[in-house]
Amino acid sequence: MGRMHIWRDIAIGCLVVAVLAAIPSLLPSKAFQDFVIRCASMALFATSLNMLVGYTGLSSFGHGMFFGLGTYSFALLMQKTGMSLLTAFLLTLLITAMTATAVGAICIRLRLIYFAFVTLAMQMLLHSVIISWVGLTGGDQGLQGGIPRRTFAGVDLSNQYNLYVFSAVMLVVGLLLMRHIVNTTFGTSLRMIRDNETRAAFLGIIVWRVKLTVFVLSAVFASVGGMVMSLFVSGAYPELINWPISGDAIFAIVMGGVGSFLGPTVGTMILLLLNDVVTRQTEYYGLALGLIILGFALGLRRGVLDFITERLGGRPAGGIS
Amino acid sequence: MIDLDALLECVTTTSCLVTQTTSGLIVGMLLFLVAAGLTLIFGVLKIVNFAHGTFYMLGAYLAYTVFAITGSYILSVLAGGLGMAFFGIVFERFLIRRVYGANVLMQLLICYATVLICDDLVKIIWGPDFYAMGMPPEFQVPPLFIAGGVVPPFYLVLISVALVIGGGLAMVLGLTKIGKIIRAAAHNPDMVSALGINTTLLYSLVFAVGGMLAGIAGGLAAPVRSLTPGMGFSILIESFIVTVIGGMGSIGGALIAAVMLGLIRSFGTIGFPLFTEGLMYIAMIIILVLKPSGLFGKEIV
Repeated sequence: MGRMHIWRDIAIGCLVVAVLAAIPSLLPSKAFQDFVIRCASMALFATSLNMLVGYTGLSSFGHGMFFGLGTYSFALLMQKTGMSLLTAFLLTLLITAMTATAVGAICIRLRLIYFAFVTLAMQMLLHSVIISWVGLTGGDQGLQGGIPRRTFAGVDLSNQYNLYVFSAVMLVVGLLLMRHIVNTTFGTSLRMIRDNETRAAFLGIIVWRVKLTVFVLSAVFASVGGMVMSLFVSGAYPELINWPISGDAIFAIVMGGVGSFLGPTVGTMILLLLNDVVTRQTEYYGLALGLIILGFALGLRRGVLDFITERLGGRPAGGIS
Repeated sequence: MIDLDALLECVTTTSCLVTQTTSGLIVGMLLFLVAAGLTLIFGVLKIVNFAHGTFYMLGAYLAYTVFAITGSYILSVLAGGLGMAFFGIVFERFLIRRVYGANVLMQLLICYATVLICDDLVKIIWGPDFYAMGMPPEFQVPPLFIAGGVVPPFYLVLISVALVIGGGLAMVLGLTKIGKIIRAAAHNPDMVSALGINTTLLYSLVFAVGGMLAGIAGGLAAPVRSLTPGMGFSILIESFIVTVIGGMGSIGGALIAAVMLGLIRSFGTIGFPLFTEGLMYIAMIIILVLKPSGLFGKEIV
């Protein structure tokens, strides 16, 4: 990928932020802003997971661990210390990176389904610790009491509109960075490992180092999603680190398309829309959602964006055979 | 959070030791039945059946209804087993068959959709409330006292039935012709198919057996567990831990891991009341770190 692509992506990103920032003045809807904030948080998280699943072929079932770690670590730092939002943000990234290095060093030794389950076990272990360490985390009640000192670079994030623009910026910056990462030679190494690990090793790629690096990187982006969520819900709750969070991200990327960079973002939007629309229409949310998912999975047999790309004759950038 | 004194006191008194061991064993045996089906399906079809907990749940509800109508516990367990064998065939034939060889995440999606649908169907048919089947009259007898520990006779029946089924399964797989075919299909399905065996039928059969085991477990558990929509989930997570610790595809491994997990649970509730689940995950992580494909799993190349 040349420099032109980078500038083009940045231009598109700026345009998206500008359009999103303008929408509330035309359409003042709190529900829409809430939707975008949730979308930004989950899309960052799902795209970070797709760096593992779609690009490296590592199916993690426990990626929600880092999303939840982001919410808890950020909320704890803000509530229990006097540090500024930016410091807490950066420190949370550091905490996540260190945790991910330790967890990744254990998990990446395992293969395929064993990797998937050991990551899930890691997540559930952290969930159990949070539930039982009531003094620090509030146990199953979560960290209530709100996030104090919500100013970031002079912008007051307790204002709904400001938080909305902040989330959109976070999403765009995060997506641009991740897109850059998967388009470098490092990204090529990821795809080589996915397609044939032995061949990659023979060509001189140090497989464990590349896997561990991408594991840590994706964890860091997941925790950014978690921090956006923590600002949105004003705290941290056990549901944000429980297994369905990982499940949501997996469904988002499978529905949107593992082979397209924006697939997880599209999948997140579909999932959240379905969630909001279906829960309003019927109390049998599971029945309706299940039938829709079955339709997707058996009808398209791939993610929406992958399906469209193939229809248009393009070749998906990622994808798992 | 941690109460090591209570744990020490329990381990040193025989009555508590006996009570906790039996309750650990019945948890373990029910888990084993569910996990045996899971591991069998994985061993032969290389499919991770994330909907296996649903088979267990539906088996329990079916048994509940049959018990309410006939009053016979044996009939209700059989109904749970046979009903789920049939459900397994339908599930394999119409849903899972379409994603053979596909990415594990696609299988996850199909199974998760099935779980969502079945949980809501149970809500529609039986209602969202808790149900308790109650102890069948033939087991409403005073408990036995073994070395001071309380052991309801029903627990002993449960443990022996599970052991007999597990033993029977091992015998069929190890000694009979159909068992040899199943093991051969797990090893090389193309060759088995080339030798004139109908693998399509075989896969349905394997799913039927897996479903039946889960359904029987659900029926057996109905008198001692409360029935709720969504009861399949916790057993699903635990039976995954069991299959992974034992080694995916290994029935013997599943038995040992299930008993281990049952004991961790029953003694864990005494020593680490809030952290029992955490203990199970720690056990799984330690074993996978030491043996990356489980206790009895074959190395995946």
